[in-house]
Amino acid sequence: MATEKEKIITTSDVHLFYGKTEALKGISLDFNKNEITALIGPSGCGKSTYLRTLNRMNDLIPNVTITGTVKLGTQNIYAPDTDVVELRKDVGMVFQQPLPFPFSIYDNVIYGLRLAGVKDRQVLDQAVETSLKQAAVWDDVKDKLHESALSLSGGQQQRVCIARVLAAKPKVILMDEPTSALDPISTAKIENMLLELRDDYTIILVTHSMHQASRISDRTAFFLQGELIEADATKKIFMDPSKKQTEDYITGRFG
Amino acid sequence: MRRMFEDELKDLHVRFSEMGMMVNEAVYKSVKSFINHDKDLARQVIKDDHKINEREMDLENRSFEMVALQQPVTTDLRLIVTVMKASSDLERMGDHAVSIAKSTIRVKGNTRVPAIEKDLGEMAGVVKKMVEESLDAYVKEQADRAVKIADEDHHVNHYSRKIYEQCIKNMQDDPDTVVGSMDYMLVASYLERIGDYVTNICEWVVYLKKGKLVELNSNAKEDNF
Repeated sequence: MATEKEKIITTSDVHLFYGKTEALKGISLDFNKNEITALIGPSGCGKSTYLRTLNRMNDLIPNVTITGTVKLGTQNIYAPDTDVVELRKDVGMVFQQPLPFPFSIYDNVIYGLRLAGVKDRQVLDQAVETSLKQAAVWDDVKDKLHESALSLSGGQQQRVCIARVLAAKPKVILMDEPTSALDPISTAKIENMLLELRDDYTIILVTHSMHQASRISDRTAFFLQGELIEADATKKIFMDPSKKQTEDYITGRFG
Repeated sequence: MRRMFEDELKDLHVRFSEMGMMVNEAVYKSVKSFINHDKDLARQVIKDDHKINEREMDLENRSFEMVALQQPVTTDLRLIVTVMKASSDLERMGDHAVSIAKSTIRVKGNTRVPAIEKDLGEMAGVVKKMVEESLDAYVKEQADRAVKIADEDHHVNHYSRKIYEQCIKNMQDDPDTVVGSMDYMLVASYLERIGDYVTNICEWVVYLKKGKLVELNSNAKEDNF
């Protein structure tokens, strides 16, 4: 018997309502540590909504009701005593559009550390270099760290945004279609980087690209109309899925 | 992604080449066992055949997985297709080696004909060299060389006809050689089939390098049908 992988996030029976509309209909799904999990499904299936429940990003949307449990390790992240800022440090998020702040590259990367009150220049310098290297963008930007991040290309901006998340030393990185606004070369760079990051982080990725899910993820979860249809090893999902709906979706018969 | 995929491709390539060496060894040993009446060696060939079969399945599984998960295109796709197709040719060659080994074990005090055995030995030498060369051409991706190697197949067919004629003559002259000659003819036809599979592998080398499906020395042309 293979040893059971350590789970880092466990969710059980998660329901989410926007007003009276039920967007998530009881999702129970666990995430293994140091793995890449891809969430796939047609638009409106709830995969991004679900991703956002994992670091309470939905709190910002009015009229949202969430039931069920989401645990990071043993901690229930919806418990009243949860420090949401702390939580989002542990569970970082990268969005579809690169969203650098209108500051220098350097200040973008250390944004989280500054908020946390770190002032030691040496610590900050080190964090900038390490994070940008991990995000595979150091060579592109090392000579212009104090120039505006907005001057970079879309692919570089996205990697700087990933560096900004990494600088906060998260346990889990959530990514909502991180490469859908990028060209194939930048996409390949980010995918390569994710495979490297897997050794140190757990990555949960929403993607519309079957290609991306099959190439880089260890596990894949298929969502449809607010329900989790199937979650399994990526190999299994792409070669012999258990559910007909999964097969129809990944072969492009619908969706 | 690329880096991991490159590693998997390299691995596939290496494991296919290894399978080629395993098959080449099986062919060589089976003929050696036949010529030297070495039944122990023949048994070993039969016993080891499962390793070749398992390797073929392993290559197929890896190939399916890479096609499903990586959606390869251009040269990457051709490499995977080549391995998938050529590994089943190799596997069939291994089966023929087993058939030769079985003939070796079947032989019991038959009257032997040294002249035919000498030709069979030479024929086996030509086939073995073709197998080796085709695998080398695969590893080095030399399409032009593959075409030349496939052309060697007419030597094999020449031996095959020569042995056939000798056998018929022997059977007519001396009925005691009928049983033995039948086995000679069978072994010659197994070797001839192995030569044909080498031709297939050469066709895949051309495909790998040039992306073109070619038919190298079809038998119909050679036999003037």
